[in-house]
Amino acid sequence: MKVKNKIKITVNGKQIQVIPNFSLKSLMTKLKMPLNKIAIELNKKIIDKKRISKIYLQKGDKIEIVHFIGGG
Amino acid sequence: MLEKKFKIANKNFKSRLIVGTGKYKSFRECADAIKASGADIVTVAVRRVNISDKNKARLMDYIDPKKITYLPNTAGCFTAEDAIRTLRLAREIGGWKLVKLEVLGDKNNLFPEMIETLRSTELLTKEGFKVMVYCTDDPLMAKRLENAGAVAIMPLAAPIGSGLGIQNKVNIKIIRKQTKLPLIIDAGIGQSSDACIAMELGCDGVLINTAIAKAKNPIQMAEAMKLAVISGRKSFLSGRISPNIFGSASTTKKGII
Repeated sequence: MKVKNKIKITVNGKQIQVIPNFSLKSLMTKLKMPLNKIAIELNKKIIDKKRISKIYLQKGDKIEIVHFIGGG
Repeated sequence: MLEKKFKIANKNFKSRLIVGTGKYKSFRECADAIKASGADIVTVAVRRVNISDKNKARLMDYIDPKKITYLPNTAGCFTAEDAIRTLRLAREIGGWKLVKLEVLGDKNNLFPEMIETLRSTELLTKEGFKVMVYCTDDPLMAKRLENAGAVAIMPLAAPIGSGLGIQNKVNIKIIRKQTKLPLIIDAGIGQSSDACIAMELGCDGVLINTAIAKAKNPIQMAEAMKLAVISGRKSFLSGRISPNIFGSASTTKKGII
C-alpha cells in the first residue's frame, strides 16, 4: 500500500523520504547507524543521542550524521 | 637534565610521538603503523558518514579509543565557527575534550589562519575544551595562544605534508625559551632526522602523519620515527657539547712515542 504524505528530509546532503511521525531513532535504525560511534546534528543543532526516540522528523529537516575518519 | 613526564592538560602520556591517521592505504595499515610508532595519541577527523554504504569499515573498528587517545582535529575548517561546530560534534561522539585546533587560511600552502585560530582558541577554551593549537612558528602568536588558554603550542616545521623538515629552527628555539606549555612540532616532517632535530631543539613532542603514511614502508617508518623521537629527546636531555670550528683530539698526547 502506498503511504500518502511522505515527507522529504535531507540526510548528509542526500534527500530521502520518510513516513510522517518518523522518529530520529527510527531513521538511525533504518540507516544502521552505530550510535556509540556517531554524532547527530538536526538543523545545525547537536542532538543528545538519548533523546532521539522523542524527536519526530519534520518536512525539510536537515540532518548531519558524522563519525571519525583518518586525519592528521 | 632529568626526564620529565610528557603531560598535556594534566594527563600523562608515554610516547612523545603523536601520529595522524590519514592517507594510509587501509585501516589495517594505519593500525599497524600506530602500533609500530608506539604512539598513545592519534589525530582523527570528523566527517559525514556514508549513508549509502552502511557496512563500510570505520576507523573506530580498527583503532580502539579505549586504548589510544583520540585527538579530534578541525581539518578542513577555515573559520572559528566551522572549527567549533566540528569539535562540538567530536565531543558528542564520545566526550572528547582534548582537541587539536587547525584553522587554515590558504588552500595551497595550508598555512594556519592565525587570527581565526586565536579567536577559536578563546571560544573553545571558554566552552571547556582543552585546545592543542596548530600554529605558525611566530613567537608572538604563540604567546597570544598561550594567554588565550591553549594547552599545547604546535607550530609547523614546514607546510602540511611537504616533508621539508624544520625550516626555522631559531623561531622554534625562541618559542621553546618563552613557554612552559608542551611544544609539539606539527606538520612538515619528512624523515626521522627531522623528528630527531625537533626533539634536540627542546620540543616536547612531534606530530607526524604524511611522512609515515606515504613512506614506501609505513610500518618501518613509524618505528624509525619512534626511535628518532626517543633519540632526540635523550640527546637534548644529555646536554650537547659546544660546537667549535677547530678540532679537539680525542686521544691524549701524553705517552706518545
